[in-house]
Amino acid sequence: MSSLRETGHGAASREEGKRAARRVSRRRRSLRPYLLIVPALLLTGGILYPFGLGLYYTVFDFAASTPQPDVVGLENYRRIFGQSAFWESARVTVLYAVGAAAVETVLGVGVALLLFRSTRVGRVLEKILILPLMIAPVIAAIMWKLMLQPSVGVINHLLEPFGLGGVQWTDTPAGALLTSIAVDAWVYTPFVAILALAGLRSLPTSPFEAAAVDGAGWWFTFRRLTLPMLWPYVLVAVIFRFMDSLKVFDIIYALTEGGPGDSTVVLQIRAYLEAIRFQRYSFGISYTIVLWAVVYLAAMVLVRYLGRIQTRAAEVRR
Amino acid sequence: MTRNDIPGEAADEATEQVAEQAADQVADQVADEAANSVRGPAAPDTPDTPAGAGALPRVPGRRRRRVGGIVADAALIGYFVLALFPIAWMVILSLKPANELFSTYFSFTPTLDSYRTVLGAGQDQGVPFVRFFLNSLVVSLGAVGLSLVIGLPAAYAAARWRFRGSENLMFTLLSFRFAPELTVIIPLFVLYQQLGLFDTYVGMIWVLQLVTLPLIVWIMRSYFSDLSPELEQAALLDGYTRKQAFFRVALPLVKPGIAAVSLLAFIFAWNNFVFPLILTSSEAQTVTVGALSFLGGDRPKYNLTAAAALVSVVPPLLLALTIQRYLVRGLSFGAVKS
Repeated sequence: MSSLRETGHGAASREEGKRAARRVSRRRRSLRPYLLIVPALLLTGGILYPFGLGLYYTVFDFAASTPQPDVVGLENYRRIFGQSAFWESARVTVLYAVGAAAVETVLGVGVALLLFRSTRVGRVLEKILILPLMIAPVIAAIMWKLMLQPSVGVINHLLEPFGLGGVQWTDTPAGALLTSIAVDAWVYTPFVAILALAGLRSLPTSPFEAAAVDGAGWWFTFRRLTLPMLWPYVLVAVIFRFMDSLKVFDIIYALTEGGPGDSTVVLQIRAYLEAIRFQRYSFGISYTIVLWAVVYLAAMVLVRYLGRIQTRAAEVRR
Repeated sequence: MTRNDIPGEAADEATEQVAEQAADQVADQVADEAANSVRGPAAPDTPDTPAGAGALPRVPGRRRRRVGGIVADAALIGYFVLALFPIAWMVILSLKPANELFSTYFSFTPTLDSYRTVLGAGQDQGVPFVRFFLNSLVVSLGAVGLSLVIGLPAAYAAARWRFRGSENLMFTLLSFRFAPELTVIIPLFVLYQQLGLFDTYVGMIWVLQLVTLPLIVWIMRSYFSDLSPELEQAALLDGYTRKQAFFRVALPLVKPGIAAVSLLAFIFAWNNFVFPLILTSSEAQTVTVGALSFLGGDRPKYNLTAAAALVSVVPPLLLALTIQRYLVRGLSFGAVKS
């Protein structure tokens, strides 16, 4: 605007000035968002650089034991897929992710339904629903580790009267996996419950009123109305939980350290062991790249499914 | 919203729609709560909203309904007992004297010795826990501060202008949320060793952006989008520059959002474990890693571990309780708006 005032000599030049000003302002308008976003962009680059660097490292045999790393091409990846340890880790990871997401969905939706009745009890409890979610997962795992100690932990002490005293919670392969899933569920069920509760509160009321008038039972209403309409909301939470569980690290690290044996060595733990503990950097990073690809593929499939579900839900509503 | 990385534009639109509805719902919920408190508490077994009547339709017969209500309340209380028990047990464990740790379970003379050891004489134990606590404070605050300075303009730009690559950039930012942390950390570990950033505040703050920046950009973008552009346009007509319009009009209006998202980001940064585990050793180590140190050694110190765990969750828990309502909004945004 100030440039317009400065060029104001005579009608023609004023017109010209206006046009120039418009041009300038248009250019500025188109540049400004880029300028505002550049710092974030730089930071993004700051993260993409190590990612690229990591990708680059994977074609070497870079490790603490090789001072002069050689280019080995895709050898690292070939080794990973040829390793039975990888397939075992992949199996455990998928079991963990599916198990955790399933338990959290069922429990979370259940808690949301109970809270949705909005009774006096519910309104008080809703306020503290969020608490486990605010505790670092690793701290939660430490807490549970203390409580689950076979001979001195409080859980077994409480179970003693029922004749279940000496349960070895994390000392058998299946037990370790189930226990870590349970800890994951303790931390993240509130997350699913919060999203499901928000979903429940946004459902239209008329179908339910119609069902009530028709005398439909609770189970029928839940299965035919509540669940199908709620599913798109819950699915978002499920996707988040599934993809996060695929890359679980802290809970397992604090609870079982991957043991007993290799029974809970999920992919991120395996990558950690290879890269940090055994200092086989290239090999370890290759592991994380494989995991990254798995998570990315899972995201693509799940988001596509989510899109289908949501379009259908939108159509039904119309 | 078009995101080229993931097929299905319909998906994105639908997601956005759900997100908006969810956001409305959270707002409605707040309104509902206010209404309820005016109306007075409802009878325990009577759903007090029409929607409530829908999800749990009336079972014929008053007695069955009452029994159902009691069972439901019992289930709810059962869940919450399970959810809160670990926290309560940590309090008990942390108050136990070292010699009564494994003997009698519920009768003991409470002592603050564990806290004294963890907080005061921690150095004697070889675990400078207070230092870890302060480190957490420094790196979390640093990461949130830097993310705000960088993220707020970016969020504003993303909300106000559609420009080439904006959606891709936004999605790239968000996609870090789903990348396995180690994919970036291990190269950073190697890089940090070379650059001298390993085990430093700068290094930790830099890497914690990975957690805080996407969160701040994504949530603040939706706050800025909710703001009518006419407000700033009016300011521009009054002779404000764009910069002034942003700082004097837009920014003050989203202050509650900034407060909420800062606290949420702080909590996530504070709770992070993998970054400090691999990128620090002693100087810049944080509480999440430090709390594990008491478990090591030939005799695990359960009471110290419990005290350390509790001390380390105090900041996030206090914040969560104070901004509970906004946190729920933030969490659902963070989840649903993607």
